Amino acid sequence: MKTSTATMSGQRRPYRLSPARIGVYAFLLAAALFFLMPLYIMLVTSLKTMDEIRLGNIFALPIAITVEPWVTAWTSACTGVSCEGIRGGFWNSLFIVIPSTILPILLGALNGYALSFWRPRGANVLFAILMMGAFIPVQVMMFPLVRILATLGLFSSLPGIVVIHIIFSMPVMTLLFRNYYLSIPQELFKAARIDGGGFFRIFVQLMLPMSTPIIIVAAIMQVTGVWNDYILGLVFAGRDNLPMTVQLNNVINTTTGTRLYNVNMAATILTSLVPLTIYFVSGRWFVRGIAAGAVKG
Amino acid sequence: MAGVNIRNLCVRFGETEVIRDLNLDVVESEFLVLLGPSGCGKSTLLHSIAGLIDVADGRIEIDGKDMTWADPTDRNIGMVFQSYALYPTMTVERNMSFGLRIKGTPKTEIEKRVRRAAEMLQLGPLLNRKPSQLSGGQRQRVAIGRALVREAGVFLFDEPLSNLDAKLRAELRRELKLLHKNLHSTMIYVTHDQVEAMTLATRIVVMRSGKIQQIGAPAEVYDRPDNLFVAGFIGSPGMNFLHGSLNAVADSCTFESERLTLDVSPYEFKRKPSGAQEVILGIRPENLLIHAQGRLQGTVSLIEPMGNHHVVWVDFGGNLLSSVVTGALAFRVDESIRFSIDMARISLFERASELRL
Repeated sequence: MKTSTATMSGQRRPYRLSPARIGVYAFLLAAALFFLMPLYIMLVTSLKTMDEIRLGNIFALPIAITVEPWVTAWTSACTGVSCEGIRGGFWNSLFIVIPSTILPILLGALNGYALSFWRPRGANVLFAILMMGAFIPVQVMMFPLVRILATLGLFSSLPGIVVIHIIFSMPVMTLLFRNYYLSIPQELFKAARIDGGGFFRIFVQLMLPMSTPIIIVAAIMQVTGVWNDYILGLVFAGRDNLPMTVQLNNVINTTTGTRLYNVNMAATILTSLVPLTIYFVSGRWFVRGIAAGAVKG
Repeated sequence: MAGVNIRNLCVRFGETEVIRDLNLDVVESEFLVLLGPSGCGKSTLLHSIAGLIDVADGRIEIDGKDMTWADPTDRNIGMVFQSYALYPTMTVERNMSFGLRIKGTPKTEIEKRVRRAAEMLQLGPLLNRKPSQLSGGQRQRVAIGRALVREAGVFLFDEPLSNLDAKLRAELRRELKLLHKNLHSTMIYVTHDQVEAMTLATRIVVMRSGKIQQIGAPAEVYDRPDNLFVAGFIGSPGMNFLHGSLNAVADSCTFESERLTLDVSPYEFKRKPSGAQEVILGIRPENLLIHAQGRLQGTVSLIEPMGNHHVVWVDFGGNLLSSVVTGALAFRVDESIRFSIDMARISLFERASELRL
């Protein structure tokens, strides 16, 4: 009924472009250009030949498009002594990211579940200590952790870097899941207790299936975080497991003769492709995750 | 079917004592309603029977066995919550069978029990739905069904109807009463709604600040409240109270206030009064009768039409008294009327202790 009366009278809210409105659009446009400009330059440069780059028109579109720099970056760019491109780094990063996403999510969910439903004695103190961990700079913990991992024989290995990622992600993952579980009514947990559910059964059969939204958020945060990590990978992963970010840095710092800007740009885009894709695909979830972490405490 | 015995129960939340030294015996197959205002400890009591809250002191027996520290699942109970508490990712059938599957009950037995509960609660066509696809009333039916399939000795209800609208509440209330009639299980039911308490209970337990005020059949609690709190809490509109003094001389006994002298000799005193004391007279609205031959006089100050009856508020020397009148009204607002009090149904309370005399 409402819509029909609206169309019958044919009235719409009058639309007027006020100076304030124009100002807002101008600002948004400028901001968008400002942030997109580097990406544009990188894309354009990566598709040019070195000769064309030397002309110095960095904003110009390529005259003859070439994918050669992309192939070089992927397969034969030199990282230090070896010249095998950054593809090795891609696989290394993938092998680091997969366990460093699944395990922190499982452990964080378990922590959050225990803290918000079972509420053991001293739970709040434990949680506060864990949160303090989030505020201590990584650099402070670096050397002691190197010593600990070396003692355990995990230093410079894939399990080693995964353990490090698990440790550093624990505060945020726990906070995320704890806040999510606090929003679930306690009565649900009590009903499951009466039905005879134990600690792990309630977690696996009831809470985890209900956690899909927050698991997606956590996965996005963890994948992008671990993929973009540089310093932890450099220190703890060891030579054979260096992640893509470290390899990228090596590609860019290894110069024999001229600096291959097009290859560097291609390598950089290749490296950032994974987080970039995730941002594009999951923008809505990502914002929700930031809100979940920021608003509740 | 099982009884519940509670001995010297204490429950604390940190420093605050929610329940102190409480004793209660729930008889086998009775429908016991815990009634009281919010914060009186009735839900806490129910949750400690269920084992969902640790007790600080005392003893809880279910079916004669000490269950004070038993796990909730071992207490032979089924429970229904105000917020339904259905498992959102499971279908109705899975919701109801969750507990049985954990216990490892044989498949055929699970199927039989779920089918029977579904039949009793008209849930048959809904078995494959998720809770989010159900209405409020259907959700609460599923929650009741989930408690039923456990075939427990005691069923606990924590304000199960409070989230439903008035019409559904009345409907489900009748269904619950019917269920109890058919199953003869022991049921303990928490509510703040006196209508639910009056209609469902075989016995009502009125609570306030963690203490039991009165235990009795609905009619008994309504007609002979043990103290001023119970008298005021039960009944709508509430009981009328008049302050005055009681003078007992030999065999006659009179209630006197500024505008009123009543002979209360026939009143069933708990203990024979002597001399003079400050008292409060309680009159239920339906026992304040408006008619031309009435000995007392007041002014009509407000009339509330209720459909099948009217609530008439009478100004009686500054005291506003309510009266329930069925049928046509022979007076209007601001008119003077005459009324009398049904002396057989009054209550008298001692002013200082607020206890029934």
